[in-house]
Formats: sequence, C-alpha cells, structure tokens
Amino acid sequence: MRAFDFLYYAAGSLRGHRLRTVLTLLGTAVGVAAVILLTALGEGARRYVRNEFAAVGSNLLIVLPGKIETSGAAPIFGGTPRDVTLADAEALVRRSPRVRRVAPISLGQAPVGYRERERQTTVIGSTPDLLAIRRLAVGAGRFLPDVGTERGGPVCVIGRTIQRELFRTENPLGKTLHIGDWRFRVIGVMADKGESLGMDMDDVVIIPVATGLRVFNRTSLFRILVEVRTHEQIQDARRDVIAIFMQRHEGEEDVTVITQDSVLSSLDKLLITLTFALGGIAAVSLAVAGLGVMNVMLVAVSERTSEIGLLKALGATRGQIGTAFLAEAALLSSAGGAIGLAVGYAGAGALGRIYPALPATPPPWAVVSAVVLSAGVGLIFGVVPALRASRLDPVAALGRR
Amino acid sequence: MIELQGVTRVFNVGDTQVRALDGLDLKVDPGDYLAIMGPSGSGKSTLLNILGCLDRPSSGTYRLDGREVGTLSDNDMADVRLHKIGFVFQFFHLVPRLTAQANVELPMVFAGLAPSERAKRAREALGTVGLSGRANHRPPQLSGGERQRVALARATIMGPALLLADEPTGNLDRASGREVVELLERMNARGLTLIVVTHDPELGQRARRLLRLVDGRQTNESV
Repeated sequence: MRAFDFLYYAAGSLRGHRLRTVLTLLGTAVGVAAVILLTALGEGARRYVRNEFAAVGSNLLIVLPGKIETSGAAPIFGGTPRDVTLADAEALVRRSPRVRRVAPISLGQAPVGYRERERQTTVIGSTPDLLAIRRLAVGAGRFLPDVGTERGGPVCVIGRTIQRELFRTENPLGKTLHIGDWRFRVIGVMADKGESLGMDMDDVVIIPVATGLRVFNRTSLFRILVEVRTHEQIQDARRDVIAIFMQRHEGEEDVTVITQDSVLSSLDKLLITLTFALGGIAAVSLAVAGLGVMNVMLVAVSERTSEIGLLKALGATRGQIGTAFLAEAALLSSAGGAIGLAVGYAGAGALGRIYPALPATPPPWAVVSAVVLSAGVGLIFGVVPALRASRLDPVAALGRR
Repeated sequence: MIELQGVTRVFNVGDTQVRALDGLDLKVDPGDYLAIMGPSGSGKSTLLNILGCLDRPSSGTYRLDGREVGTLSDNDMADVRLHKIGFVFQFFHLVPRLTAQANVELPMVFAGLAPSERAKRAREALGTVGLSGRANHRPPQLSGGERQRVALARATIMGPALLLADEPTGNLDRASGREVVELLERMNARGLTLIVVTHDPELGQRARRLLRLVDGRQTNESV
C-alpha cells in the first residue's frame, strides 16, 4: 500500500464526518494557537524589558543604601547602614575618573496641587544630570538649574500627565505648584516619555534633590544613578564606587551597587522562565486536544467495524489497517496544528498592532515544538485506536452491520 | 485444490463449548461449483470463514493449493485472502463513501499497484459485470443488483482461484438475483472455483455439488 493511498483513505473518512472533523481540528488548533500566542506574549515582554533597558543606557550603576547579602549570623557591630548623602554622590564624580556623571535621587509621594485641583503623585528629587542619564527630554521651558548639588530652590519640572490634569489648557510655566505645604514655581514640562523601568515618567514632579530631601524630611538618598564613561569600565567603576564608599563610611561596605547588566540578565532569566511556563501551560491544552483526537478515532473505529472487517477480508494486513487509522489521527492533528499556527501568528500580529511597545513574536523553539507536538499528539493518541482497529477479528467485524 | 481433513472449530460460549464444525472432511477440485446448505447454526458460516482464511480450525488441516493454510501467520493469511480468495456477501459490504470504481480498486490498493494500473483494471472489471456507466457512482446511488455486481467485480479483480459467496442473492429481488447468479456461473465456467452458501434450495440445486451441514457435520453429498 502506497503512502498516498493511506492519506487518501484517511482524508476520505475525515471528509465523511465534517462536523466531527472540524471540532477535533479546533481542539488541536486552539492548543497550538495558545502555545504560540502565550509564548509570543512572554517573548514580547522579554524584548520590551530589553528595549527599556537599552533606552536607559547600558553603562549605568545604581547605588542603594544598605548591603543586600546573604549571611549566616547577624553582624555584632554596625546595625543600620549609614546614610547615602549628597556629599557621597559628589565624591564619586570627583574621585573616580571612570565616572562621567551621577544623579542622586530622592523619592517621595505627596499631594501636588494647583489652585483647587490636587493629585497624589511621585516627587523625584535630582540634579540636572538626571536628564542625560535617564535619556529624558524637556518639552517646554527648561530642566532643573545647575546651581550645585547642595543648593536647592523652589522650582520644579512637571510631567505631561501632571500638566494635563492640573493645568488643563493653562500654560504651566511660571505658575505656582503646591507640593504638600511647599510652593514651587514650574519652570519646565517634560516631553512625553511614558512608562520607563516600571515608573510612569509622565506622572511625576521633579525638584532639586536638596529640596527634595528637605520636603520629605529625609537624610538619606533613595539611590544614586552613576553613569560610567564606557561600558567596558563598568566593573572597574563598580569597584571604585565601593572603595570610595568604604573610605567615606569608615571601612564598612554598607551600600549595594548593582549594574544594569545584572538587573537585565536576572529579569531576562525570569522572563524566559515565564515564557517556558506559559508554553507549558498551553501545551497542556494540546495534550487535552490529543485526548479529543483519541476519542474521535475510537469512535471512528467502532463505527467502521464492519468496514475494517471488509478490508481484512479483501486482504488488508493488520499493519495496513493500523497505519491507515494512524494516518487519519496524524492528519487530523497536524491539520489542526497548521490552522493553529496560522491563528497564533495572526493573533500575535494583531497584538503587535494593538500594543506596538510589545514586540510579540513567538520564539522559534515554541513554534517548532508546537507543530511537532501537535503532529506527535495525533500519532501518540492515535496508536491505541489504530491498534484496536488492526486487532479486530474480521469474522466478528463482518458479522455486524 | 481444497482439502479439509477432520476440521473442527470449537467456540467457547460462556462455560460451554460449542462445536460449530465437528471433524469435517471436504475436497474441492479446481473449477468446481459447490453449494453449502443447512439450517441456521449448522456451521455454514464457520466453514466459509475457515475456507476464506478469516478464521482458523481448532483442529484438523486445511490445505489450499497444496499448502497448509490453517496455521499461517496473520500476515500470510491476509496475503492468501488478497491473491487467492474473493468474497461476495449478502449485504454487499461496499464502502459507502467510495465510488464503484474506488471500491473495485481497494484490493489493488492493498497490493500496492500504481493508480493508473488500478484505474484501468477496475474499469475493465466493471465493464465485465455490465456497469461501465456506473464507475463514478457511489453505492447509495446504485440498486441492490448493481451493488452486488460491483462487489463481484471487486472480489475477482486480483484474479483469485476461489470465490466464496455468502447468500449472494439473499438481499436481492428475483431478477437481480438471477443476473448475479448467472454472472457467478459464467465466471465458474471460465475456471473459477465457486462455493456458495445459501438457504435458497433453488440456488443450491444449480450447483454441481451440494454439501448439507447439520450440527457441524456433513449429512450428505450429492456428486
């Protein structure tokens, strides 16, 4: 018996039960489409994060107060870490030639108001260098004035959302904004930026860092962003920063310095795991679809008992009967897989158009394994029905009609 | 050509054993025309199944063309059915979704013949049974007599030596039945060994030999 004859026979019997065939096809199609769509989402999220980090720049160090480490026993001396201060930030630029610039950052939530309108928002304290380090842009007016880190001033730059919500159509430049009990003059409006590293950069107010510390009554900075001159120097610069802090903090390493790369790679790993997990969940639906294929094939075998008996009487061998039914199951599931592939890609494409920021493309490994799995599911779940068909006793099979 | 010696077939039905065939001896020469008759449960169908290599004797020997076939493997039995034996059934047993021609082609599909060769031979065979114009009809579009003639074309397409017919006219009106019987007898006249199982005494009398079965035993044989 020729390969084509097996397929022709299988296709013929599938055509005979259109509704049943279509429903079973749908089962596999949904499974494959789910694998492709979900992994596309995971992969999209991973690429989105990568792009975000690339936008911020890859030669960034982040200094956090306090040491994050795993240790057995608690240290006997030195409980709370020392503050990370503006002087510390300035020392970094002064003493390490590898550091190009720093942006000390203070952070707080406060009600921000203009006349009768008020809004709870994030208030960032920083220096003019923040603009370059975070690759931000000013839409109107200007950014914070370069008056020295220690000096502040009652001026602020607002994000687009703040402008829209508080000032509506008014020109905010030169107007007075309330932050808590403090009054600030608006000197600039940021350009549209959107979400950046998990923070809505449109819904912020930026004030001089010294003022920020005072407004929120803090002594320690939230963190320091350190821009290193070149990407190659990043590990050396990291050692410099730690050395400078140890010197200034009496030999104690009480800050955490993380590199952009390490953050990125751990997020990357996390999202790859997530993608695998999503793919695995979707693969379960493929397995369920396989059970559907098996069910349909078992029904087909019992429905065609007398036909199988006839084929045996005409001289078909067990192997030929089994192969014909296996071909039918494989055809069913791989056709479903092909449909699912098309639907999955179309879905991922549509997702990409709706959320352009999310580059949702299914990873090749997921596409290949979804297709292989769908065909495999047909073969695996087709074995039992095929065996049952091939083992039918021709006499008994012919007897039924 | 056919030589049965002490063929017994025992079925287990629940706790009891039923002897469908009980030590049957039978010789059929090439080109012979044999009718098997007997009441229900006399073992006619069991004998037909054993002769057709669909079933094996529990004991005794079955030689077909000098070869012991009762103990062949499943695949070898399938091969014997494919090349040496043709079946015609009371209920035709055509595959309803296949055209008349495709039904006739089925045995050649199992034999692995090329599609062009299959089509040519199937058309010729349909011509022989007078159905040239019906090649592309499906069984539901054919009359009972036409269906049985398609089945006959299919049974003989591989050039078998033995044709087994199980109540071939049992489901046909008189006219169609006569046509089918005449076709069968014409093929027999050209050298095909024909064995017919029937309830119909008229059909039984037409055969050259008549084998009467009761309780799995031969009660008479008219030669």
